[in-house]
Amino acid sequence: MFAFCTDPSTLDTARWMACYLTTGVHMSFYGSFLTVLLLLAITAPVALAFGFGAAIVARSHILPISWIGKSYIALVRGVPDIAFFLFFVIALDQAIEFARHKALCPDWDQPIRQGSDFVVCQAAKVPLSSAPQWVHETYSFSLAVLTFAIVFGAFAANVLYGAMRAVPRAQLETAEAYGMTRRQTFWRVLVPQMWVFALPGLSNLWMVLIKATPLLFLLGVEDIVYWARELGGTKTPRFTEYPHGDWRMWYFLVLLIFYLAFTRVSEVVLGRVMQKLTRGQATAGGEAQRRAAA
Amino acid sequence: MKKIILTTTALALTAGMAMADSHAKTIRMGTEGDYPPYNFINDSGEVDGFERELGDELCVRAELTCEWVKNDWDSIIPNLVSSNYDTIMAGMSITDERDEVIDFTQDYFPPTASAYVGAAEGIDVSTAVIAAQTATIQAGYVAQSGATLVEFATPEETVAAVRNGEADAVFADKDYLAPLVEESAGALMFVGEEVPLGGGVGMGLRESDTDLKEKFDAAITAMKADGSLNALLIKWFGEGTITY
Repeated sequence: MFAFCTDPSTLDTARWMACYLTTGVHMSFYGSFLTVLLLLAITAPVALAFGFGAAIVARSHILPISWIGKSYIALVRGVPDIAFFLFFVIALDQAIEFARHKALCPDWDQPIRQGSDFVVCQAAKVPLSSAPQWVHETYSFSLAVLTFAIVFGAFAANVLYGAMRAVPRAQLETAEAYGMTRRQTFWRVLVPQMWVFALPGLSNLWMVLIKATPLLFLLGVEDIVYWARELGGTKTPRFTEYPHGDWRMWYFLVLLIFYLAFTRVSEVVLGRVMQKLTRGQATAGGEAQRRAAA
Repeated sequence: MKKIILTTTALALTAGMAMADSHAKTIRMGTEGDYPPYNFINDSGEVDGFERELGDELCVRAELTCEWVKNDWDSIIPNLVSSNYDTIMAGMSITDERDEVIDFTQDYFPPTASAYVGAAEGIDVSTAVIAAQTATIQAGYVAQSGATLVEFATPEETVAAVRNGEADAVFADKDYLAPLVEESAGALMFVGEEVPLGGGVGMGLRESDTDLKEKFDAAITAMKADGSLNALLIKWFGEGTITY
């Protein structure tokens, strides 16, 4: 990075640090913070959408449809995250490749399952084995987003399902009395009012999601915890220009500060959102706001 | 709108097929990147080490295009069999249990000793608390030896456990431990006897991938014959190492 970095062993501490903190591996480390933030930024809305959809399905008056929603919620909530992340992703990846294989290589004569091996034709690989590394990384990142969204979607669905039932019955009856159809009641009365009941549960989920990102490395995405462990580990002079002892404590300290700062910011933002949502609601909080204003 | 989507999908599919035809297959090489001198991440963030250099040379000899991929040790075999990459070069010893699931080339690193490293002399390794990496032959050996086994996900953590007193000794490949002992300025030392374990280190491949296995086997044979493998072994593991 800097011109004086050619022989780090001769440098004084400050300059050594400057060189050390700007090596290629450290750049990957800083980049992984962006990966994690990007993952959260994409996953949260997608998971919320999954949850909202599943909650609607679970509320359906047609029994088989509501079973689908309820079994999704029950299944995903019941399976340990780590098992889900190990098996589901490999299964999903294989399902995509299997479908492409059927479509693209009709005259393939070998079996796809050979013992424990899963073999499809080259054209069916996702991404193609010749694709550049960033395509592979983007692909595993999208799989990660999808997996996170499915897992957290199930939890969000449960929260939203509860929130929909928490909206006072009187509000819905009033809507019906005005002659609104079931659909109108749902979108105009129920949905706007349920968020205030859902938010505490959803904010919990958001906090858990922030801290669940180390699961990323199971999916082949290098996250901040992976790099902190990798960079903090003992480095002997034979394999690096910058030997050091076990510095994992310092790296994890940085992560600790990052996570704490991030959760603090989230708390503040969620607090404001709560304030906004409470306005004019038929809840104790809404009533308190009304009295304070009056 | 639907038509546009359909055409683009068709275009994307045909483009994908054309690409697959015009490009030869790229061999993706899986490794752990956490086990110097076998494989590690260098200062610029790339996979480096004995296996990187050897693997690149093997690919040149076998006339293959290769690319390196990092993967967690725990899921390194499942990802190979589901074809997320095509080979494993991660200091993986050839054992019967692994051979049931995947195939190995001939060894490119001779069967070597595993060793105990402790923080003090006089540790009885048959009764002490021993750290080892999960799902390694060393962990299996310790579990049978009567000592108390504590497992860790990465090699780094096994050594750290000895440094902070959580374990009395760590049991791992001697070649991994030797540079650490050397650099520790007396804080770490070899204890107990060395134990010969495993059938050497080989490249792991899918059992169905016999063509690829033959190519790499031939390349390894050639490198053993002309002495270039020995030169690499000495370069990465020092003068005293076992050669072919």
